[in-house]
Amino acid sequence: MSGPSRAAQGGLVDRARTIKFSFDGQVYEGHPGDTLASALLANGVSLMGRSFKYHRPRGVLAAGVEEPNALVGAGTGGRYEPNTRASDLFLYDGLVAVSQNRWPSLAFDVGALNSLIARFIPAGFYYKTFIGPPWLWKLYEHVIRRAAGLGAAPTEPEVDAFEHRAAFCDVLVAGAGPAGLAAALAAARGGARVILAEQDARLGGSLLGDEALIDGLPALDWIARTEAQLAQLGARVLKRTTAMGYYDHNQLTLIERRVEAGQAPGASGLAQRLWRVRAGRVILAQGAIERPILFSNNDQPGVILAGAAKVYARRYGVLPGRRVVVATNNDEAYAAALALADAGCEIVAILDSRSAAGSAIVAAARARFAVHLDADLISAKGAKQVTGAEAVVAGKPLSLEADLIAASGGFTPVVHLHMQAGGTLDWNETTGAFTPAIARQGQVSVGACAGREGLSEVLADGWLAGELAAAAAPSTASQSPSPKGGGIRTEGATAIAPPSGEGDQAQPDGGGQPRAQAKYDGPTNTLAHWTPAPGVNLKTAFVDPQNDVTAADLDLAWREGYRSVEHLKRYTTLGMATDQGKTSNLIGLARLAQAEGRPVPEVGLTTFRPPYTPTTLAALAGEATGQHMAPLRRTPLYTIHAAHNPPWQPVGYWQRPRAYPRAGETLAQAGLREARSVRTAVGMIDVSTLGKFEIAGPDAAALIERVCATPVAKLAVGRGRYTVMLREDGMVVDDGTVWRLGEQRYLLTSSTGGGDRMVGHLSYVRKILEPGYKVAVASVQERWGAVAVAGPLARAALAGLDLEPPAHMGLVRGQIGGLAVLVLAASYSGERAFEIYAPSHDLPRIWAVLQDAVTAHGGGLYGLEALELLRIEKGHIETGAEIDGRHTPGDLGLTKALRAKGGFVGAPALARPALSLPDRQRLVGLEAEDGGAIPEGAMLLSARGRKPEGHVTSAGRRVTAKGDIALGLLSAGPERVGETLLASSPTRGRTVRVSVVAPIFYDPEGARYRD
Amino acid sequence: MFLIACPYCGPRSQAEFAYERPVEAAAHPTDTSEATILALYTRTNARDFEDELWRHAYGCRAWLKIRRHRVTHEIAEIRLIEATA
Repeated sequence: MSGPSRAAQGGLVDRARTIKFSFDGQVYEGHPGDTLASALLANGVSLMGRSFKYHRPRGVLAAGVEEPNALVGAGTGGRYEPNTRASDLFLYDGLVAVSQNRWPSLAFDVGALNSLIARFIPAGFYYKTFIGPPWLWKLYEHVIRRAAGLGAAPTEPEVDAFEHRAAFCDVLVAGAGPAGLAAALAAARGGARVILAEQDARLGGSLLGDEALIDGLPALDWIARTEAQLAQLGARVLKRTTAMGYYDHNQLTLIERRVEAGQAPGASGLAQRLWRVRAGRVILAQGAIERPILFSNNDQPGVILAGAAKVYARRYGVLPGRRVVVATNNDEAYAAALALADAGCEIVAILDSRSAAGSAIVAAARARFAVHLDADLISAKGAKQVTGAEAVVAGKPLSLEADLIAASGGFTPVVHLHMQAGGTLDWNETTGAFTPAIARQGQVSVGACAGREGLSEVLADGWLAGELAAAAAPSTASQSPSPKGGGIRTEGATAIAPPSGEGDQAQPDGGGQPRAQAKYDGPTNTLAHWTPAPGVNLKTAFVDPQNDVTAADLDLAWREGYRSVEHLKRYTTLGMATDQGKTSNLIGLARLAQAEGRPVPEVGLTTFRPPYTPTTLAALAGEATGQHMAPLRRTPLYTIHAAHNPPWQPVGYWQRPRAYPRAGETLAQAGLREARSVRTAVGMIDVSTLGKFEIAGPDAAALIERVCATPVAKLAVGRGRYTVMLREDGMVVDDGTVWRLGEQRYLLTSSTGGGDRMVGHLSYVRKILEPGYKVAVASVQERWGAVAVAGPLARAALAGLDLEPPAHMGLVRGQIGGLAVLVLAASYSGERAFEIYAPSHDLPRIWAVLQDAVTAHGGGLYGLEALELLRIEKGHIETGAEIDGRHTPGDLGLTKALRAKGGFVGAPALARPALSLPDRQRLVGLEAEDGGAIPEGAMLLSARGRKPEGHVTSAGRRVTAKGDIALGLLSAGPERVGETLLASSPTRGRTVRVSVVAPIFYDPEGARYRD
Repeated sequence: MFLIACPYCGPRSQAEFAYERPVEAAAHPTDTSEATILALYTRTNARDFEDELWRHAYGCRAWLKIRRHRVTHEIAEIRLIEATA
């Protein structure tokens, strides 16, 4: 019998219980405590996936989150999650998992033909297709898009809940291996509020596969006791929780998996929780990741990391193979060999690339197995499963029969979070490891992720860091309020005082630093060995199996001139897959360094970016989905509009009706009807969303003169003016009207979308530029609601309500339906129009009275569509369309409106010569020459193939007459009236001939709204 | 995300604050000197501490002068800016 199987006994799985799961439609059985990978191995399944590019058969390489090969889709429907690592997916009853990158089946995959043409798709293949002529890309794209990619995106909406939670602590420990447990325990005993996050479902890390005694207890018992002690001390222990990202000022994000991928959550419905933790001190104890070895066909099912093989044997009670060849450059793999042998495997040979090895564990292995020093693995034999190994021992070939190759190329400390926190690294040439050097934030790395080796050293390192962190924690000081504004305080953390002073003495109750009694407690004596032995086929020696990057690919990239590590990474895609190169990056770097003849640290590292392991987007979104994605701002008339069930237009967080269509009307028809009603009779619209500010005090006029670019000081009480506001660089950011309500009291309006920005701007002028002004500014955007009544019959409609409507740009106070209102005469539509302001809570009743009056005069409601048609025809600019933050008042035809003597924000910049160049893009009108709508956003070209000279900012049609019109910004625009241009929109697939005209299409004299 | 100790509200998340501009970029609109206009486009952005204007936009709305390191984001000083009137 060969291949993987369940061992007769052993492991931490619950053999008394059986759970069923399916993989590629086949139903299997496993035990609680298994991962999908261990359960598949237990069922004799070693082929778990196909590779990304060449579709080569792949098995599981690792036993944790670093797994590059065994990626599966887990779950069904809305719970489906692609690219889940089989070694990081704990088995649950009913798990449905499918393999990826294969068609029609895992065993027979047509895409594997890619491996036959591998020499045609080497490193940078995709890259080269981009460089080639564009027509060639059109041929490639179709093929590439189908063949490339990992997994398939879910097609159904997420069904479960994801939440965000904030937390504070004195000490956050990431990782609950021996170092992390010791650190958390020391910190908690020191009185600190502790959060301990462990990505695994169990605490213990490497101890779960170890035989060591700690404080005289078997490792598992010590873990259990420590967990109980942490709970008693009030520490928050989060299992299945990964520290994903390390951000500024000691903020970290953790992802807590409440259920496994694809698993239905319980009654809470909660699938995952994203924690945002602000920590006083952070202790990183994330361990180290074993590196593979470069040899031919090192990606075959049956090639596994030695440490992973040990975990499968010890923790899961699974034999990943029967006849094992161990290849190593360190002592740690010997522990794996001993564990595999104890579990029932035959150790065919241990191939050690070192020329000398003499530690206790090596001696123990030599007594039982064939150990070859100065031995290099050349290739794995077999097709879909390892059948043997070819090696060279002291220059002589050696052929071995085996079904498992357990390889260890040394250890890479997990420095991801240390680096995300801005830290620096040291390089150890002997072991080939980058270890944390300088920490830029309040953090320290301990244990294996700091390059420590041997259980005693790791425990001591963690314990010391925990003690120091607790001593530095504010909670442990005598006066220690939690930060104002609080958060979650771990109750009792300070209440249970630690027994003081015992320090180092080992105690029966574990009060001091934990002491290990391990059989082989020492360094791994790793001797980094990067060069593949002569005879290794570099084209099948995979550095990054997840992205199918071989040693030959790296060499090719180097020959083609990709010398920078950043270029090499992008060109070959090394380390750019979902595992982010956890097992592969360093091997690739070392290969580049060799080619360059430089030490590894000089070649440099690529940037470590969050998240540490793949994160589902739903966790990042949290509760912010659907209606909860953004707040909904309702005008006081929202329910009245909603009764019409109008199509809504989001404007910032506001929702405004686009139109009030009648039965059978399209949106465009409704908009046109409503606009015509304004041109011919009267219409009314809710304009409550406008930004509104009251500015009062002796210096109110002076403040407005700073903010507004138009003259304000001479404005008489009871009068208003149109105005624009500029940024410091002279660009228009908003427009509105300013009204003098009293001697020292003004009302300033701004656009709907600009209201929030104007709050900040007014505050800036008030507090920073003119701190000495005696003036108060209040945003009354939601205090006041407003309705605009516009049309030739608007005056008549209001006059019927016992109101004396003011003259154009005048204001009066009065009553409508017995409620106080402020009536401003200002026109956006081009017709005579009035804006009626009232306290928001009164507005629905006023609206009803106005609606009766408007209806009586043959008019009705209008929405944003009609408003757009009206203002475009009138040539009125709009924030967000013409006012896009890139144009001066001069560009927008407002030069004459400016205050000549300056003194307003943006005035100094307007003097810059570049802002008055004649070829600047300036406002024009556009008329379609052959009919047909002008596409909004279209480029303006003088002829096909020419450079764009401007663009269409808003488009519509004449309201009462025929013809399609638009506003646009065109280089030297006003001087080009009469020219014919093309308005071309590739995205809409439309090109229209337009002639350039003045930007006012209707009533240019303004006769219709003046008195 | 930074932790900013507002003099009124205590340590609060950066999400509550609006970064406004470097203090050196706050020019009075009556200052039409060439140097000021040039400063609109030529900021030093040194790899060093710099004084910046922040606003506690979703809090007490106070204006703060914050001395922050442009590389490490270390905040050396936070001062309240008060209108004198």
